[in-house]
Amino acid sequence: MTADLRTYLAHVELPNPVLTASGCGGTGRELAHFSDVHRLGAFVTRSITMAPRAGRPTPRMAETPSGLLNAVGLQGPGVDGFLERELPWLVERGARTVVSIGGGTVTEYTALARRLAGADGITAVEINLSCPNVEDRGRVFARDGSAAAEVVASVRAATPYEVPVIAKLSPDVADIVAVARACVDGGADALAMINNPVGMSIDVDTMRPALAAGTGGLSGPAVRPLAVRCVWQVHAALPGVPIVGMGGVTTGRDALELVLAGACAVAVGTALFHDPYACPRVLRELEELLQERGFDRLADAVGLAHRPAGAQPRPRTDLEESSL
Amino acid sequence: MAGSPVQVTGTVLTTRRVDAYHALTVVAPGIADRFRPGHFVTVAVGGRDSSMLTRRAFAVHDVKPDYGGTVELVFGVRGAGTAWLADRKARDTLDLVGPLGRPFPLPRDPCTCVLVGDEHGSASLFALGDALQQRGCRVDFVLGAPSADRVFGALRARRMGETTTLTTEDGSLGMRGTVTDVLPGVIADARADAVYACGPMATLRGVTAVAAQFGIPVQVAVEESMACGIGVCMTCVVPVIGDDGVTRMVRACTEGPVFRGERVRFDDVGTIPFDALGAPGGRHA
Repeated sequence: MTADLRTYLAHVELPNPVLTASGCGGTGRELAHFSDVHRLGAFVTRSITMAPRAGRPTPRMAETPSGLLNAVGLQGPGVDGFLERELPWLVERGARTVVSIGGGTVTEYTALARRLAGADGITAVEINLSCPNVEDRGRVFARDGSAAAEVVASVRAATPYEVPVIAKLSPDVADIVAVARACVDGGADALAMINNPVGMSIDVDTMRPALAAGTGGLSGPAVRPLAVRCVWQVHAALPGVPIVGMGGVTTGRDALELVLAGACAVAVGTALFHDPYACPRVLRELEELLQERGFDRLADAVGLAHRPAGAQPRPRTDLEESSL
Repeated sequence: MAGSPVQVTGTVLTTRRVDAYHALTVVAPGIADRFRPGHFVTVAVGGRDSSMLTRRAFAVHDVKPDYGGTVELVFGVRGAGTAWLADRKARDTLDLVGPLGRPFPLPRDPCTCVLVGDEHGSASLFALGDALQQRGCRVDFVLGAPSADRVFGALRARRMGETTTLTTEDGSLGMRGTVTDVLPGVIADARADAVYACGPMATLRGVTAVAAQFGIPVQVAVEESMACGIGVCMTCVVPVIGDDGVTRMVRACTEGPVFRGERVRFDDVGTIPFDALGAPGGRHA
């Protein structure tokens, strides 16, 4: 028997818990050469900005041990280009589309949410809070609970009620639980974590930073323990809030680790650069692992690592639907 | 669609050293079938649990129909990834994705083409030369490198090309200098109608400038470092002028690697030109 892999982002049902991470699946067309985008739990777009953006100069990427530093700088066509050329293709292919948005001010996020509110075929909106806040000396929104909550509240207000709003958090904070709580209080229906922690690499041959931008976001298996810790802490504090876990997921085991920490969905990011088939493979491996461990439903495994030491996994309850 | 890439686990058939370079022949029928000159492939390096996450991109030197289809890659050892690849033996397996990128456009009618290759960039010119000759084109080669052991494919170029001019910066083979030094003479002698070039950015820039002096079209295959090769990571961008005159940061892996030389803003590679679409206005760059 196959395990029931359905999962919920707030009230929206996804047929499986494997998503692409924002900025790692291109427009969807690139991945479609390898596997169908409608078979993903959901396709998460790169962060869409109001105006077209050319991004950062090259070199934008540096390989680090089990990781990748990148400073792409949200290169993209802007919201108009996205709605005109990218979203219709995803809708036509039957992909559940989570649109990631990025802005420099609360007003910009709100304006983006308004533009998206008129579009059909958006499954959820993800707020990339790791953008520099122009009005706060370029500090990223995700660093500050109140700034993050302000963005979440205004995007929530501008988004149709049936579209969940996901707040994507950065691990580069003193207390991720405080930021998570502020976002949920601001109206976030779900949380996504983690965005890339900021790292740096210096080329010892040229004796200059390896990236043109100097610093960049670190991703890949190198950051997975950080992701597990963040998901664990936030799930422990806010057990009722759906979490999309991400950070260095390359196999089904990695996905299960985040699920056990409390994520009800898992996003695959950097692994897509290495293996364009990563999403269907991670899903297949996750399903096999769940079956091996006797789970009929993914929901039964969510947050299971939080049970007291020595306790058996929760007995299955046939009559009651899982809250997740 | 002909160019749709596939991922294959290919078996290494043969390995050989070619002067300073390594060449690997891998059985990869899915890639060989779809290959056109100018396409590249990416290889996962370091094995299954590799700590090296980015795929390495290589031009395809040769495609042969044996064993259902093989591709040959030529590369120099530049880091841990290529060193791992150089250690592969026959019967090892490799994870390949390809064919990727936009291939070289071929002229509709027979004409005279100069093929310029710098270092191992010349590897991708031979499949192109074959395709051009099949269309009745005359092919002339200009190959160069810093030293003799890094000039790739001189012998094959001599067999294939109407003329072959070799250059080395240290004068150890052919003429002393760079490919751009001898190119004007070759174009003039051959009365060339078009130029194709592969190699480092500085060489392509020089080749493009020479072709522009002669007023002939030039197609360049750029080498830009990339993480995925399939167009999702957005790290291999170069400023290129579009049909509408607007400069965009386009991906070398998907929109390229072959571009019309005069469309690439070589002087601005490594920057975001101020007039590029979406260039930062200083607000939140």
